[in-house]
Amino acid sequence: MHRPPNGANSAPSQRPLADTRAPDEGDGVDTSPSISDSIAKTTCYMCACRCGIDVHIKDGKVRYINGNKDHPVNRGVICGKGSSGIMQHYSPARLKKPLLRTGPRGSGEFREIEWEEAFSIATERLSAIRRTDPKKLAFFTGRDQSQSLTGWWASQFGTPNFAAHGGFCSVNMAVGGLYTIGGSFWEFGEPDWDNTRYFMLFGVAEDHDSNPIKIGLGKLKARGAKVVSINPCRTGYNAIADDWIGIRPGTDGLFVFALIHELLKAGRVDLDYLLRYTNAHLLVIQEPGAADDGLFARDAGGNLLAWDRVAKTPVSATDTGAEPGLTGSFTIDGRRCVPVFQLIADRYLAEGYAPDAVAERCGIPADTIRRIAAELAHVAFQQTIELPVAWTDWAGRRHETIKGRPVSMHAMRGISAHSNGFHTCRAIHLLQVLLGTVDVPGGFRFKPPYPRSPPPGPKPSGKTVKPMTPLDGMPLGFVCGPDDLLVDEAGTAVRIDKAYSWDAPIAAHGLMHTVIRSAWAGDPYPIDTLMMYMSNMAWNSSMNTVETMAMLTDSDEAGNYRIPFIIYSDAYYSETVPFADLVLPDTTYLERHDCISLLDRPISHADGPGDAIRHPVVEPDRDVRPFQSVLIELGARLGLPCFVNDDGSARYRDYADYIVNHERTPGIGPLAGWRGKDGSAIGKGEANPDQLQRYIDNGGFWHHDFAEDQRYYKMANRSYLDFAVQMGFIPKAEPVVFQLYCEPLQRFRLAARGHGRVVPPEGDRQRIETYMDPLPFWYMPFEEAAVDLQDYPLHALTQRPMHMYHSWGSQNAWLRQITSQNRLFVHHRTAAGLGLVDDDWVWIESINGKVKGQIKLVDGVNESTVWTWNAIGKRRGSWGLKDDAAESNRGFLLNHIIGDQTSADASGKRYSNSDPVTGQAAWFDLRVRLVKCAAEEAGFTEPQFERFQQPPHFEPSPDRLTFGAEFRRAREAAE
Amino acid sequence: MHPAFSVVFFTTATGAGYGLLALLGVLGGFQIIPPDFWLGLIGMGLALGLIIAGLLSSAGHLGRPERAWRAFSQWRSSWLSREGVASVITFVPAGLFGIGWVFFGRSGGWVTIAGLLAAIGAVVTVCTTGMIYASLKPIAQWHSRFTLPGYLFFSAMTGSVLLNALLQGFAIGSKTLLAASVLLGLLGWGWKVTTWRYNDRLEIPTNANSATGLAGGTVRSLEWPHTEENYLLKEMGFRIARKHSARLRQITQALAFALPVLLLAAAFALPWPFAAMLSVLAAIAQFAGMLVERWLFFAEAKHTVTLYYGR
Amino acid sequence: MTCLPSQSGKKLGLVIDLDTCVGCQACVTACKEWNTGGHMAPLTDIDPYGGQVDGVWFNRVHSYEHTTEMGGRTVNFPRSCLHCETPACVTVCPTGASYKRASDGIVLIDEDKCIGCKLCSWACPYGAREFDTDVGVMKKCTLCVDRIYNDNLAEEDRVPACVAACPTSARHFGDLGDPASAVSQLVAERGGVDLMPELGYHPTNKYLPPRAHAKRAASVAAPALEPVRAEGGFLGWVDRMLSN
Repeated sequence: MHRPPNGANSAPSQRPLADTRAPDEGDGVDTSPSISDSIAKTTCYMCACRCGIDVHIKDGKVRYINGNKDHPVNRGVICGKGSSGIMQHYSPARLKKPLLRTGPRGSGEFREIEWEEAFSIATERLSAIRRTDPKKLAFFTGRDQSQSLTGWWASQFGTPNFAAHGGFCSVNMAVGGLYTIGGSFWEFGEPDWDNTRYFMLFGVAEDHDSNPIKIGLGKLKARGAKVVSINPCRTGYNAIADDWIGIRPGTDGLFVFALIHELLKAGRVDLDYLLRYTNAHLLVIQEPGAADDGLFARDAGGNLLAWDRVAKTPVSATDTGAEPGLTGSFTIDGRRCVPVFQLIADRYLAEGYAPDAVAERCGIPADTIRRIAAELAHVAFQQTIELPVAWTDWAGRRHETIKGRPVSMHAMRGISAHSNGFHTCRAIHLLQVLLGTVDVPGGFRFKPPYPRSPPPGPKPSGKTVKPMTPLDGMPLGFVCGPDDLLVDEAGTAVRIDKAYSWDAPIAAHGLMHTVIRSAWAGDPYPIDTLMMYMSNMAWNSSMNTVETMAMLTDSDEAGNYRIPFIIYSDAYYSETVPFADLVLPDTTYLERHDCISLLDRPISHADGPGDAIRHPVVEPDRDVRPFQSVLIELGARLGLPCFVNDDGSARYRDYADYIVNHERTPGIGPLAGWRGKDGSAIGKGEANPDQLQRYIDNGGFWHHDFAEDQRYYKMANRSYLDFAVQMGFIPKAEPVVFQLYCEPLQRFRLAARGHGRVVPPEGDRQRIETYMDPLPFWYMPFEEAAVDLQDYPLHALTQRPMHMYHSWGSQNAWLRQITSQNRLFVHHRTAAGLGLVDDDWVWIESINGKVKGQIKLVDGVNESTVWTWNAIGKRRGSWGLKDDAAESNRGFLLNHIIGDQTSADASGKRYSNSDPVTGQAAWFDLRVRLVKCAAEEAGFTEPQFERFQQPPHFEPSPDRLTFGAEFRRAREAAE
Repeated sequence: MHPAFSVVFFTTATGAGYGLLALLGVLGGFQIIPPDFWLGLIGMGLALGLIIAGLLSSAGHLGRPERAWRAFSQWRSSWLSREGVASVITFVPAGLFGIGWVFFGRSGGWVTIAGLLAAIGAVVTVCTTGMIYASLKPIAQWHSRFTLPGYLFFSAMTGSVLLNALLQGFAIGSKTLLAASVLLGLLGWGWKVTTWRYNDRLEIPTNANSATGLAGGTVRSLEWPHTEENYLLKEMGFRIARKHSARLRQITQALAFALPVLLLAAAFALPWPFAAMLSVLAAIAQFAGMLVERWLFFAEAKHTVTLYYGR
Repeated sequence: MTCLPSQSGKKLGLVIDLDTCVGCQACVTACKEWNTGGHMAPLTDIDPYGGQVDGVWFNRVHSYEHTTEMGGRTVNFPRSCLHCETPACVTVCPTGASYKRASDGIVLIDEDKCIGCKLCSWACPYGAREFDTDVGVMKKCTLCVDRIYNDNLAEEDRVPACVAACPTSARHFGDLGDPASAVSQLVAERGGVDLMPELGYHPTNKYLPPRAHAKRAASVAAPALEPVRAEGGFLGWVDRMLSN
């Protein structure tokens, strides 16, 4: 039966020939070779994008991987990484067997051990910790997709010291979004690609949502929608923008506020939308000095109040019959109150946010800012679209059509990785909401399970840590105020990474980038074991790499390592493996089970929820085990309560068993599809023993399509909200109110003023007062504010090339050919001013150190900015690369010169180099100067580090690859 | 273009060899040079030796030399195939001429015919070699009216200088041949200098704009598709510094043209064996000079694919 | 046979949209992956983990900065065989290894006949020929001749690997000899161009030029914003709007 094409690439100009019968050419070409003996449909893991792939297996080997046309994420397309999966799977850098360190830490000298020995070493060590002080285990993972398991495991173990890669990556985007609109950019929302007419892209050249964004951009281009990119670098997506705004790094917030300023001044905001879906009308108490100053006004019953401008009385903010005002100043019970919107107008109409005031700082002409504002207003208000679909809102009001303002936005890395990223992210959401473009046709759309009422629950647990006792919840969560912080009486952090402390109150993803320093310094306390998974902490997943490596190998007076024991699991011989005492070799993504879960990072899109699995499509040819199964077995050996049955036996056979049978809350497990004994339920239902097979039969994923009336206005759409409750996404079918004014932040401010039970130490108070502003604001990134700008006149950024984004690409024989040496890209005029010419070698110097690399002159970059491809530089002896590889001779790692701490404040305290609200690592704050190398210094990178020894039985990487020749030989032999 | 030694030697050696063969075929066939076993053996040996060494060298350039026989099949479209065919066919009359002229000590009759045919074959083969290069549109320095005559002139020049050295060596030098060699040397010199001047002023319509289809303004290469050099760059992306090239042009002019012309002019005035010694020296210098000339012929040729790489 | 076939009806080829290509390298590795096990297998990589890595690739993506008086743009530029109508790479081949198919215009190499003389790579102005030093023969893009007619693939998958992979839909495939075909119409609509037309190779593949800084660019004809004219300024306007 012929079915309509599902694939993204199915335009008439992308289809097969009308007649695909081979012509009678007579040249002997076999036009119909057999491709595979079988096709396994699973989920890609070459990055975090979670695309569906068809793996063609021929003669027991992977012949070919292409995109799954039915898959909601990639709809048949596949990126440069996905097609190179074969080279990752057959990488010579794959670990082969558990390893135990024999030489000094960091040398790479190991002996191979059996799994049983590995398990007993780990079990003995960890059980001693659990019996005495569970927080002495710090468990940090990288970009893995099993955080609902790993976090739960940590919780069962009883340690609060758990986090994944998010604190280094993009927690500013997560928290900025979740605390404002109850959803976020990242991979948890998407522009309405089919309807948007004006798309603004902030700080993104490639992203988590790799293929969906590319597919979307293709749609915009095909439709002639306008693409505006705001990015210092004109690469990737920015290359195809109709308008490239080469902004100065860290000033996006100012730019956005200037747009808001213009829109407000011209009265181009959607007041109706603000009243219906936001807290713009809520009254804020304005009583300086009071314990509730800046909090929302509430009546005796705790109901939030607005001001009815007709009745001229306070009224419940959720009273649908009221006529709430947005402006003015009112006195209620003798206390002055003003609506949130009044505060917004007061702040952003100030001349300090006018285009002329910000233009120079942003490096954007004021006229350009005014033009963009005018275009936004024009498209939002003059090109309104209406879908002929009736829907009903949470209050039961029926709407005959779905109205939309076709302006959409997406933002990520360039916003996130600055110390002002949280507020900048909120600023962008504020802009979207003022225009009325969130979850409307043509706007930014939530992907389920979002939106959730900001801030979403639950709160982080770990206030009390007791031997042999699980935490009372998950280690990571969302705080609503100082009472939720994980600090002791003296204000000292409970967690090793100081998340949820005054240093980083809303560190919802933890701060993995502080763990090694904290553990080394014993601040706030020493730990015993650092367990890490798939996270290259001794190289490109740390800032200040040189010192980080030194801390990993540093010992105390007695000669003991200051971080006593390191367990590390990875599939490949990365730069971090040699620093481990015990190495647990993981499988490749084609050899394992995984679930891409609604409890974690699902594959939903805006038109419906979905999740997916990975399943082994080839058998490992080495003595390796999937880390998740190892963790489950470790949990059972340790006797962690939820990992054992009542009789002490292991509850789960392996990860696959866990995926099917684990229930986080009754009826809700890792996978939402085919639940219930017969597989008929979605979302909630009993475990289904055939669940994995049902997934496999369906192409490796489950996806549910919303009814037409559920697709937009999810924050207030009754039909959607009911569905979300039924699925367990949200507890109650209540509207999600966008928090333009973020009250939880104000609670921290009040604590800084001495109010409440939990107050910050004296030294932290000014910082909390300043940065926990309930309305977004702009401040200069910390490093820029701290250094002499004459000395360090340039911003320095790094970005992963598209073909390696979130992948472990330098071991990949195909991908590394594309980029094996990174250059420092410098604007022509900037270089000319420094007397530099193309291909010169320069020292790139920051306050934290210097690194040497080769420059390439470009036009498409902000003139005060230099940038390079990230993580191309590799340490000699790692990743199966040969000693002469460009990666370790000419490529460089900018992380070497990015500080992991801020400059000391007046009291001498140094904070982590992070956003003060979320703890997001601020690796885009870097300031540098360029110094031309002496002639004899040119041609090779520095600093250089000692070459790692190779693990036992590691074969030298081949001198020649003829992958695929075997398939041809077999074909020709068969003829 | 990458100046691979195999190809540099091939074109230089066969050029000289075919030049010598053509002269021997004509002059021997018409008894202008009387049959002499040792002269003939060395002369024909040198000519065929250079040709064979050149052809073997070119086969060394092949990825699959064992399949070289296939190269004779596409003479209808391919100058390389035509060259192969012509070179092989030329061996037939050349061999017959050699047998008749050297071993039978004969000329006239079928030997003359064979000599003439060998000469024609030699000229045709050199033409086909020249046309291999002259027909390549992506390389403007080759795809010019200078290339084919250049190959012919240089073949005649090196052949005549070799023949002169040979005859001088056997003390039967001819003033006419000496004069012809000097004149051919001057012609070759002039031709080369004119070619260089032409190439230096060449305005090539193909540029980065037309290569990429991006109209107007400037097109600058930002990043290559791969960090390291690939086949295209190794084979066709060869670059030579202007300074280096100027020096090599001077060396070419000195060795291939000026020195041989001077030596041969001096040989006019000097008796045997000095004239012979100078003639042999002229031939050796010229061959070395022509190797440099041919190296430059490749090194200075710019292939359009380099436009994609910003070279 | 290296003489060119007399004109056949079909001219199969690719259309590449430079306005949409983000330079993600998807087509590059999809091509490598398919073809390293395909008709011309393998696409050998020499020194794959070392400092002189050099592999055979049929498709490579360059990036350029194109600067005109209208402004600058970064252009990602995929480059592969253009399957020319008059391909000199075919006519210069001395062995008949290089040939142009009469039935569909695809330029192919019969590897068994190739002697590795490299002359075809000299004759190709576009750098579409790739020498495999390991086996000593020339290799090149086959336009996925082992996909587009492949009975073992689902019908909808019978397009070149690069076209199937491209996440931004920047690559198109079809019969450029048929003016009514979707690709021909796309070329006509978008002003598709030949590369190096002056050399006279008549490439089949076409490139669609970027729209930015051109008349075709997406633009919004938005009037400049004016401050609201209301008593009490913006806040007065808000009140008035809410009262309406």
